[in-house]
Amino acid sequence: MSHHSIEINDLSYAYPDGHTALRNVSLNLAPCEKAALVGPNGAGKSTLILHLNGILAGQGQVKVAGLMVGKDTLGQVRARVGVVFQSPDDQLFSPTVFDDVAFGPLYQGLPPDEVRRRVDEALAAVRMAEYAGRVSHHLSTGEKKRIAIATVLSMRPEVLVLDEPTAGLDPRARRTLINLLAELPITMLVSTHDMLMVREIFPRMVIMDEGRIVADGATKELMEDAALLEAHGLEKL
Amino acid sequence: MHLHFLDPYQERRSPIHAADARIKLVLALAFILTCALAPAGAWPAYILLGVLILVVEMFSELGVGWVLKRSALVLPFVLAALPVIFTLPGEPLFRFSIGSWVLQASQPGLERFASIVLKSWLSVQAAIVLASSTPFPGLLAAMRAIGLPRLLVAVFGLMWRYLFVLVDEALRLMRARSARSGYDQPGRRTGGSLAWRASVTGGMAGNLFLRAIERADRIYMAMLSRGYDGEVRSMPMPALRRTHWLVVGFGIALLAFILLLANLFKG
Repeated sequence: MSHHSIEINDLSYAYPDGHTALRNVSLNLAPCEKAALVGPNGAGKSTLILHLNGILAGQGQVKVAGLMVGKDTLGQVRARVGVVFQSPDDQLFSPTVFDDVAFGPLYQGLPPDEVRRRVDEALAAVRMAEYAGRVSHHLSTGEKKRIAIATVLSMRPEVLVLDEPTAGLDPRARRTLINLLAELPITMLVSTHDMLMVREIFPRMVIMDEGRIVADGATKELMEDAALLEAHGLEKL
Repeated sequence: MHLHFLDPYQERRSPIHAADARIKLVLALAFILTCALAPAGAWPAYILLGVLILVVEMFSELGVGWVLKRSALVLPFVLAALPVIFTLPGEPLFRFSIGSWVLQASQPGLERFASIVLKSWLSVQAAIVLASSTPFPGLLAAMRAIGLPRLLVAVFGLMWRYLFVLVDEALRLMRARSARSGYDQPGRRTGGSLAWRASVTGGMAGNLFLRAIERADRIYMAMLSRGYDGEVRSMPMPALRRTHWLVVGFGIALLAFILLLANLFKG
């Protein structure tokens, strides 16, 4: 592929109440690159994520999978970018796990056989194949997280964006999720506070603070820079 | 991200905003009561009441236009009074028929209808000024102070608090839905059938309902664990000063006078 998976150019955004959440953010991700987005709460990570599928629209340019994010491309953009929100409860709004995972493909108007195939494939990818008939409401947080990821994998996105995927998980659920993220062969931008996970599976790290990208580089090097981490409320491991 | 558009309170620096919430609540209720008690067709009294609320609106710095625009809210509700025009006996004005139905408008009916419209319009304006010039917590404290049952006030307070949480939750659900509402191949019919979309929306509503119940349970447990025993306690409000009592007394006297006039000069 000739294009970048994510291309953000000089993006700024202020919430309607006047609070500026993003200031001149620029970021490129190559296909199949996995990058972690770290920084303190309120740094603008979630706001940035909401720009990647056009839910928020700031000033500047956002290109995803070679498509300019704009009013007329929203449909295509949302089919190619899978956003997994922080709270799996928001993501799971259908009566059963199957319905939830099938939502994206059904919306795209795929034929029933294809929808079923997509759902099986997505549930298998997150190791939840036997959960299709379950009611998502009664699952554990770790299970809901994985189902939430399946709900976007079923759209076969080119880019996967996750907001704090390991927050609130027990060690075993966290381990399962990290292994899962490590083996998925797609472009990934993951906002997180889990520095251990960042060191383990993300070769690239982007630090945000006060709406700006303050550092962007190899995780190995940035992790050694105690002064930088300290300045932006992160802990050196 | 949070929502503020539901909150009617408008921050201003006006004497109406600065006034004690208890006084505003009592006077607004008295105003609404006066409107309700004024007999039909007491036009001079309506004009006086209208001038009164207009003066308050001007002092409140909310903008008369703004209040009037909001008061349009009352319009759909006055439709309920429409049949009055045709059901009250009296001098016939005009008649028309729908099929085999003959409707005859009467003069007293029309008068009654116009009175109901005017009265509810005036009342709504008072409520708007009250809600826009008093922060909701102040209003709750005032309700407690004037002797509304504490449990009822507590229910109002909790409803207010969690209405916003629920709206936020609904918005997040809708955002998650639109994030997955994509289509890739051109030419394919997207969005699914109407029935399917309706069932998705139904699922979301059910979800929201379940979550509201669960949240209510958690809140109740959190209240219990902090010692809640069914009795709502709150900080006492400062005692009313003499000027406060004077304002309340004057206000009620004025409204009583208007009511007296209304009964003297009706129709």
